[in-house]
Amino acid sequence: MTTMSSTAIRTRTLRVRRPRRRWIGWAFFAPFLLAFVFVTVAPLAYTLYLSLFQERMLGGTAFVGLGNYIEQLTNPVFWDALGRVSIYLVIFVPVMLLLSLAAALAIDSARLHFPRLFRLAIFLPYAVPGVVAALLWGYMYGTQFGLVGNIGDLLGVTLPDPLSSNLVLLSIGNIMVWLTMGYTMLVFYSALRVVPAELYEAAELDGAGAFRVIRAIKLPAIRPALAVTLVFSVIGAFQLFNEPNILRTLAPNVITSHFTPNMYAYNLSFAGQQYNASAAVAIAMGVITMVVAYVIQRVASRKA
Amino acid sequence: MATATTEKTTSARAVAMKKQDAASAPLPKSSRRRNPMERRPSRLLTAGMVLLLLYSVLPLFWLVVNSTKTQGALFSSFGLWFSGPFALFDNIQQVFTYGDGVFARWLANTFLYVVVGAGGATFLATLAGYGLAKFDFPGKKGAFAVVIAAIAVPGSALAVPTFLLFSQLGLTNTPWSVMIPSLVTPFGLFLMWSYARESIPDELVEAARMDGAGEFRTFFTISLRLLAPGIVSVLLLEIVGTWNNYFLPLIMLSDPQWYPLTVGLNQWSEQANTAGGEAVFNLVITGSLITIVPIIVAFLFLQRFWQSGLAAGSVKQ
Repeated sequence: MTTMSSTAIRTRTLRVRRPRRRWIGWAFFAPFLLAFVFVTVAPLAYTLYLSLFQERMLGGTAFVGLGNYIEQLTNPVFWDALGRVSIYLVIFVPVMLLLSLAAALAIDSARLHFPRLFRLAIFLPYAVPGVVAALLWGYMYGTQFGLVGNIGDLLGVTLPDPLSSNLVLLSIGNIMVWLTMGYTMLVFYSALRVVPAELYEAAELDGAGAFRVIRAIKLPAIRPALAVTLVFSVIGAFQLFNEPNILRTLAPNVITSHFTPNMYAYNLSFAGQQYNASAAVAIAMGVITMVVAYVIQRVASRKA
Repeated sequence: MATATTEKTTSARAVAMKKQDAASAPLPKSSRRRNPMERRPSRLLTAGMVLLLLYSVLPLFWLVVNSTKTQGALFSSFGLWFSGPFALFDNIQQVFTYGDGVFARWLANTFLYVVVGAGGATFLATLAGYGLAKFDFPGKKGAFAVVIAAIAVPGSALAVPTFLLFSQLGLTNTPWSVMIPSLVTPFGLFLMWSYARESIPDELVEAARMDGAGEFRTFFTISLRLLAPGIVSVLLLEIVGTWNNYFLPLIMLSDPQWYPLTVGLNQWSEQANTAGGEAVFNLVITGSLITIVPIIVAFLFLQRFWQSGLAAGSVKQ
């Protein structure tokens, strides 16, 4: 039936450039979708299912409805972890975005010596795996042969330990800024590259200064890229895992097993075998992340 | 929620489009200098950027310097300069022989995961992106919307759920548990979709059809060539993502024989803290250097592609 009708359309509207409605498209899309269902939809559905049950000492597995959620959302440990990533997010996401923005504007300004060198060098940390970055900075922070101690010795003072409980969040934030700044810069930079030259010419005719051009032309050009990077940075912050988990080796007493929500979910399933609780934490975090990302996205687009 | 998804999509798409424009029209160095008087390089600005550059490069410099030191010299010398006997080659040799040469195994595993994971992901995304861009089929809109919404789901959020399901299916602790999840990249699909829409004229596909070519033949003989720049961008993103992957293999694998470099290196690092474990800081440092060299070399060689290609969005796993 479909074949017939599409053949009919084919003979009639050869010149129309719209793609025709045919099943053949599925042959291209199906392999991806199959894999997608298997590694994204199915795990989420299974986790949702798990989160509604509890293993009982007696009587095996029991349906508890939202019981696991209530238990986790009233657990101070969960809020402790969530609060920590929120502080982290509020401090480091803006710092990272501002540094990237400044770098992108500077490289785009044509008022810089060796712009290509800067672009390449600042981008370079993006290539470094998060694990290697955490090990690298962890050793540099460390007291045994760390750079911080070295510099303290050189200056004849004792510098504060970056892995102490006061500073550890700052130290992790620094690693994240270091890792992601270059990539974000490149996103902003390519948004700036496509600003039509006429806009700059018009601004020049109007006698606009450099800062006026930034405010009236360059920042609006970056806005969509900024909104996207902001949302992804927030999502990334809520999912923080690699860096604190690796630094934990160096500062086991400072970084707890529930330092971030993701570490909490991980340790619930791997150290505690509490798969149902872990599933509830994973789903709850997913929902919280979605809501926050949605709100940010709404606010960002309203201003536009 | 639906609005959010579409809006996010539009902005992500705007970025992707811009990247393509930038890619297709590389600007000559001085094309933007309209008024030479006003555009003189500023020393102050350059000085400020030097600070940012030092911040970016210093840890890498530290890594290079310290991989030339013996473990003893690591503890006794200043971190930012060479000291003691030049032990780089000795360290490299130790990295590859320590623990029955398990590092070479990790390196081979990483290559395997990258080739199958990143290669497969790029292939599936290309095929699907082309299909979505060039065909209209029943159910397309709904399925596409779901996949696009999944762009916002980071890999780390899926890791625990995927582990729970895979352990139920008995797939954990096999290389498949690392490779199969790598095969899916909603963001890559999105990039290929927008690239296919831009770069492949419908007339061309239509002409091939008129000549009697099957859809797959058209895809493999004509479309694939036009898609090449987009494919390289997605491939690069996927290679970095898979090479640097840590959380997923950490969860999935318990047998060190299947570890990728990232998980293996951290195991060496943790060793110092375990009772009776040998501290091998020099091996962790040199191993880290060996881990990042291939990817940095790839970036330097493929500069032309990544400078436009990787700017396509801001997904980081």
